[in-house]
Amino acid sequence: MPRTLFEKIWDAHLVRAATADTPATLYVDLHLIHEVTSPQAFTWLRERNLKVRRPARTVATMDHSTPTTPRNKEGKIPVLDNAAAAQIAQLETNCKDFGIELFSLGTEGQGIVHVIGPELGVTQPGQVIVCGDSHTSTHGAFGALAFGIGTSEVSHVLATQSLLQNKPKTLAVTVEGQLKPGVTAKDVVLAVIARLGIGGGTGHVIEYRGSAIRALSMEERMTVCNMSIEAGARAGMIAPDEITFEYLKGRPRAPQGAAWDKAVAAWRALPSDPGATYDREEKFDAAAIEPMITYGTNPGMGMAIGAKVPAPANASDVKALAYMGIKGDEPLLGHKVDVVFIGSCTNSRMSDLRAAATIFKGRKVAPGVRALIVPGSQRIKKAAEAEGLDRVFTEAGAEWREAGCSMCIAMNGDQLKPGQYAVSTSNRNFEGRQGAGGRTFLASPLTAAASAVTGKVTDSRSLV
Amino acid sequence: MEPIKTFTSKTVALPTENIDTDQIIPARFLKATSKNGLGKVLFADWRFTADGALKPEFALNKPEAAGARVLVAGDNFGCGSSREHAPWALYDYGFRAVISTSIADIFKNNSLKNGLLPIAVDAATHAKLLAAPNAEVTISLEAQTVTLGDGTVAKFVVDPFSRYCLLNGIDELQFLLSQDAEISAFEKKLEAK
Ligand code: SF4
Repeated sequence: MPRTLFEKIWDAHLVRAATADTPATLYVDLHLIHEVTSPQAFTWLRERNLKVRRPARTVATMDHSTPTTPRNKEGKIPVLDNAAAAQIAQLETNCKDFGIELFSLGTEGQGIVHVIGPELGVTQPGQVIVCGDSHTSTHGAFGALAFGIGTSEVSHVLATQSLLQNKPKTLAVTVEGQLKPGVTAKDVVLAVIARLGIGGGTGHVIEYRGSAIRALSMEERMTVCNMSIEAGARAGMIAPDEITFEYLKGRPRAPQGAAWDKAVAAWRALPSDPGATYDREEKFDAAAIEPMITYGTNPGMGMAIGAKVPAPANASDVKALAYMGIKGDEPLLGHKVDVVFIGSCTNSRMSDLRAAATIFKGRKVAPGVRALIVPGSQRIKKAAEAEGLDRVFTEAGAEWREAGCSMCIAMNGDQLKPGQYAVSTSNRNFEGRQGAGGRTFLASPLTAAASAVTGKVTDSRSLV
Repeated sequence: MEPIKTFTSKTVALPTENIDTDQIIPARFLKATSKNGLGKVLFADWRFTADGALKPEFALNKPEAAGARVLVAGDNFGCGSSREHAPWALYDYGFRAVISTSIADIFKNNSLKNGLLPIAVDAATHAKLLAAPNAEVTISLEAQTVTLGDGTVAKFVVDPFSRYCLLNGIDELQFLLSQDAEISAFEKKLEAK
């Protein structure tokens, strides 16, 4: 029977098949951990005298609660918050005690967990990848089954390298045709979420397909898969192809030599078979997608940037617009902006920074606006500096920071003040997500940069 | 973990749809390295003003909500971040069940591992529950039913394995550990590839 990409990976990882009374047991190839969702899991291992079953399949980094403020004279990144410092110290101890490789704060390999996995080449097609973080879906861009888990499950995977799972349904999101200039991968995924709604993908794994998806670079594919969870889908995936192999070839942890050829041959068998069926399908016309922006308090509340904010349809919409301090039936273009944040596991890679730089070059951040540019990893930071992007940003008056989650989650000192408006390239506009009382419009790096230089919500196409 | 079987409690209603885990517990409280004591900061930005005073109009803060162990919430409860701190905070505050028309996947999985029942009911039952906040309901995990004050009985489904674990106070890790031989056999096959 023809099988989908998802079904092939699922079948290949069954340690024990599901029965009427018990879920399937799935083997995990790669377990990524970070400081915020792992401490309790290690405590439970210690309480039960358990070891980490496969330390070599576990990779740790620090990203969520780490500061992104520039380094001090000694070249160190100071952690000022005591609770964050304790959490960071605990991850260091846990990794040492249990033999896990750690990319610690400020070192070469450190960065946002979903940025460094692909960068190192530990993320590979056909794998099952988990992490105590909902944006683990990012890694699905490589044709892996990657999803977020809770801390209890983190302890399960540490102890057994396996996970109990009920089989999800499949949803094909097919995007055919060509994107218009100025329309990015971020706009594609915001358009998908706006149609599906924030709960529309619940219980499903999304496979993104179609000519517009195949035409995307790996970095763009990561942006798309990253936000699958914002439609409620735990995982999003894209079939691996030459673009995938090209990206991985020569990465520090990718297979080398004969092992590489063997791996690629196996990866070529992963794409969904012709005639494979999905539980559901949604089709999109790439040419009809506009630059998108969100106006509400969840990522499903998005619209074309030139559109009017929809009039509220129920009490929850009224609450959302009241929080945002905006009215229905009015455009968002021209709305004042206090802060612009370019970063996060959605949009902090080289292509995102380059896109933003095309706007900042020769322009200035508008008076009264604070613009933060936060690279996703130390490697990206270095590469961007080698290209001179940092100078483009700083000359424009934007802040160039150390790598981390930063204002995406606002638990590390980078945050909005109550009432402030931000255009952000991150993935969540929930109430208070970027700081208590802060208000977020999600958009692409192009839109964010354009809004930074004008001080208003701006369609980047109006600047070129 | 304490087994859950049948219990009766009054409800408290938060009719807002798509309540995400950032609302249930804002990220600044995720620096904790234990799971205890998080009830204090449950719904922190909805319960308290910026200077820490209780907001009297918020449903959980009303005197009639005191002691409620069942939260009735709008559609798609628990979406967003995978933080298990969300069910930890709800449990620590005193909740033992959340009822909605649908519950987000990761939150559901996390809740089932922490003695918090995620219950999805039909829209008609949900509407009745929202219309009568602070009414008593009886939840039976054995029968998978919610019984309302007016005698309405609504069915819900918890996957059989989680239900077994919750009814018997067993944790899932034990079950996984018991599959050691199969996991080893799988790893051998993997290495041979
Ligand atoms: S950048 Fe934001 S969404 Fe991504 S892992 Fe960090 S906190 Fe989570």
